[in-house]
Amino acid sequence: MAERATFRVKTGLAEMLKGGVIMDVVDADQARIAEDAGACAVMALERVPADIRRDGGVARMSNPAMIKGIQEAVTIPVMAKARIGHFAEAQVLQSLEVDYIDESEVLTPADEANHIDKLSFEVPFVCGATNLGEALRRIGEGAAMIRSKGEAGTGNIVEAVRHMREITDGIRELAGMRREQLAGAAKDHRAPLDVVQEVAEQGRLPVPLFCAGGIATPADAALMMQLGAEGNFVGSGIFKSEDPERRARAIVEATTHFQDPGRVAQASMALGEAMPGLEIEALAAEGGLLQGRGA
Amino acid sequence: MLALQGDFEAHRRMLQGLGAEASEVRAPHQLEGLDGLVIPGGESTTISKGMARDGLDEAIVGFHASGRPILGSCAGMIVCDREHLGLGDYLCRRNAFGRQLASFEQDLQVEGLGPDPLRAVFIRAPWVERHGPGVEVLAEVERHPVAVRDGNLLAVAFHSELTDDSRLHALFMALASTPASSASRPGVRGEGADGLATLGEES
Repeated sequence: MAERATFRVKTGLAEMLKGGVIMDVVDADQARIAEDAGACAVMALERVPADIRRDGGVARMSNPAMIKGIQEAVTIPVMAKARIGHFAEAQVLQSLEVDYIDESEVLTPADEANHIDKLSFEVPFVCGATNLGEALRRIGEGAAMIRSKGEAGTGNIVEAVRHMREITDGIRELAGMRREQLAGAAKDHRAPLDVVQEVAEQGRLPVPLFCAGGIATPADAALMMQLGAEGNFVGSGIFKSEDPERRARAIVEATTHFQDPGRVAQASMALGEAMPGLEIEALAAEGGLLQGRGA
Repeated sequence: MLALQGDFEAHRRMLQGLGAEASEVRAPHQLEGLDGLVIPGGESTTISKGMARDGLDEAIVGFHASGRPILGSCAGMIVCDREHLGLGDYLCRRNAFGRQLASFEQDLQVEGLGPDPLRAVFIRAPWVERHGPGVEVLAEVERHPVAVRDGNLLAVAFHSELTDDSRLHALFMALASTPASSASRPGVRGEGADGLATLGEES
């Protein structure tokens, strides 16, 4: 008997994306450029985070016609974003047969208190996290893949570094605990005890852990892989740069050869300008941070 | 393990669990001294482009020609077919079962692995669309070949490395410890290594 949508089948696709780069694209042409550059998947959305940030207003799920156009243009997996808590958008994305749904803080949250009940869906979900507790709560809700939130659309890696360190330090701490300490840890992390126990036993998350939010250069990609990311999402960093094709190839190369600084150096040459970067403190002062959404 | 992209870590756990030394291959010189190569699941376009970029395509063809065995899983099955590296005399249909929603797991009888079925996980999996007469079909789903052997190439459309069952990897390791001449020549299978003895005998 064939069984679909099991936990193993849902996390299985994320397992296959490891060591790869998932690129934000806004149309079929960009999707083809991403695929040609070696992206292992694309994220279909109407505006990259840098533009969402610039334009303001409410950011919603993308137009289904645009998602379909991208699905027809490439053979690699196509992901799409739903607003936090907006399960009707997720239902629409599932009916379009997207390969993964990103319940994303980059879009304007639809529910201030609740995330989507991801276990009730057949399509797998990826969710962002700024620390271990957030990651474990999302896994408890059924997320089959976790990514750092970073601070999308800034070209500034500092927040992704913080989130990845918070998550991996938290895992090491759990793994060093005695069993009777885990209930207290679950309370501190505001996370389900069974997920906490599993992480403590395995010494890793039960789902793949990727980096997202702020990658702009090949060296950024190599940094995050060395800090424990199992793959990278790149949003504005590619198509907001001067030469997206070359930068996309270079970030793919640096994600594979992250342990070889010579290869990262080679990949970083003649790329043109990176996307312009934003200071996190200035953004925070304006109340413009996205990462606090849906904790 | 070819470590350009994909689930090579899961293959490492399988191989190490069986007592093998597993190393990551990201450059041609890292193939030296290996007894066999696993090409993991991942995105076949990403892995193909990476092999071309890093000169690994020719190096892997040479590695295969030297008689050493290769295990290709999912994307690894695709990149070994006639349209890619040409290591096996078969052609794959990519994403043959459909998108992720159609991905599934099931018990699968695989020839050469004994009477118990293997839990096979199919993720946006391919199947073999056509194959030459020298290709042995080891398992089928909906009458499409999903596990084949062509000489010293073992290619499967599914992932058993995501389960606890290491029999497929044990079979691959048996190929790796068999002298190259007998592993690659049809007709002399069944000599020597344990895993091979049952190949072709079950029906």
